[in-house]
Amino acid sequence: MDGIDRSAAGRAAPTRRVLVRRHSGTVRVTHWVNVLCFGILLMSGLQIFNAHPELYWGQYGADADWSFLALEAKRGDDGAIEGVTRIGALEIPTTGVLGASAVNGEIRPRGFPNWATLPGFRDLAEGRRWHFFFAWLFVINGFAYLLYGLIAGHFRRDLAPSRDQLAPRHLWHEIVTHARLRFPKGEEARRYNALQKLAYCGVAFLLLPVMVLTGLTMSPGMDAALPWLVDLFGGRQSARSLHFIAATLLVLFVVIHLAMVFASGLFNNLRSMITGRYAIETEEPKP
Amino acid sequence: MTIRLDRRRLLTGAGVTAAAAALSACAPLSASDGVRNVLDMAEQLTMHAQRLLLTGDALAREFTEADLSPVFKSNGTHSPDDAAYQRLAEGGFADWRLQVDGLVERPLSLSLADLRAMPSRSQITRHDCVEGWSAIGKWTGVPLAQVLKAAGLKAGARYVVFHCADEYEKTLDGSGRYYESIDLVDAFHPQTILAYGMNGRDLPIAHGAPLRLRVERQLGYKQAKYLMRLEIVESFARFYRGKGGFWEDRGYEWYAGI
Repeated sequence: MDGIDRSAAGRAAPTRRVLVRRHSGTVRVTHWVNVLCFGILLMSGLQIFNAHPELYWGQYGADADWSFLALEAKRGDDGAIEGVTRIGALEIPTTGVLGASAVNGEIRPRGFPNWATLPGFRDLAEGRRWHFFFAWLFVINGFAYLLYGLIAGHFRRDLAPSRDQLAPRHLWHEIVTHARLRFPKGEEARRYNALQKLAYCGVAFLLLPVMVLTGLTMSPGMDAALPWLVDLFGGRQSARSLHFIAATLLVLFVVIHLAMVFASGLFNNLRSMITGRYAIETEEPKP
Repeated sequence: MTIRLDRRRLLTGAGVTAAAAALSACAPLSASDGVRNVLDMAEQLTMHAQRLLLTGDALAREFTEADLSPVFKSNGTHSPDDAAYQRLAEGGFADWRLQVDGLVERPLSLSLADLRAMPSRSQITRHDCVEGWSAIGKWTGVPLAQVLKAAGLKAGARYVVFHCADEYEKTLDGSGRYYESIDLVDAFHPQTILAYGMNGRDLPIAHGAPLRLRVERQLGYKQAKYLMRLEIVESFARFYRGKGGFWEDRGYEWYAGI
């Protein structure tokens, strides 16, 4: 009886809904700790960015140096403050959101708006306090996940794409079906699909480690302790820019991840990440 | 026993902060002492972790003349408006003296000429502001260790407090005066110097003339400008709001290695 959805089992249809064990306890706990850390790190990170909303490349970079991205505030012809997002030489008006936004009902120079930062008001010291506490939690959580993934075989078993999944034909098939919001059913739903595996591997083994390493490179103490960090990213200001770019890619991942969670069954996905059980349609005979 | 208590405090704190985030009402909550105490544990963790890694006087990177920032941004005070300081500046700092006192065997009163006569060190290093920007400059000065050795530390000496000429925040009681503090680990680091020269010239007023601190493995706000007095102490709790520096008193970390 355990693991079988009665209502589905009772039907005469040839397929039955079976609850399979999808996520281990470690994966579920580390996932939700990560959600908490990512949310706070992102918002406190935007608070820190607001202290100097400009990005440079190389070892140094300040007001007089060339920046490739800036959230600026200017005075318009009518004297009103206008927000401008500058990418290279391209200036995009973004009043109200980027460069200048409402503070107590008045448009003020501000990189990211107050609803996106932690704390909401301007306070770099407080933003740093939140950022570094949750950075530690994030790193400890990340190490726990990596250790578990290696020892328990989670990476080998669940995350490494299999040979058949990596065939160009198969990948193309997955891209097309994903675009139509049609997801694998039956036995194929027992494992992550190839696009999922590639996305999760890219986040766990590339983007998140880049976040940690570029974050450490911004620390003058860490640069003295581990000088190769500075060389790895081509300078502290490059590392700061890459920290921002990798964070942007992570936000993009979260947006797509959430969209896929909704599209492929919000309740089923949420249950699987909370209780571990995931429902699939199967043609197998009753066990 | 202590470890268990600490762990419980950490877990309770993590729960509290999680709830704070979930409510998206972190602004009022982050001001509460309980949350702040938990968050502050990260500073201790960071300092101990970095001190563990920074063995054998690991040096901050030194660059070449070709790497210098074309413009080195001046931050904080650009020119102290204190009348006594202005008079000293008009006289080319000929009458300026650096007082070295507190827990020392021999209190000192050093002129610029005295400092220049001591062994000097030049270093091209990166200055990292807590705001996020960086600038590379060349600093010339006397290693702080030389001055401390000349004064002779008494037993109990743990910190060097740097008293500055600039009042960065105007207040009636003078509590807005800039000051900083470092411990003896950083004070005796070979790259910790009292700089009187910048980019091959005398230190400009915008950058802290006649003398500023360079403590290269920490952020910009530790690099106190317009030095007037070094006070060697056992604890900095009695100065101003007791956190060991102008920005520390306003919420920033005392250990600014990150």
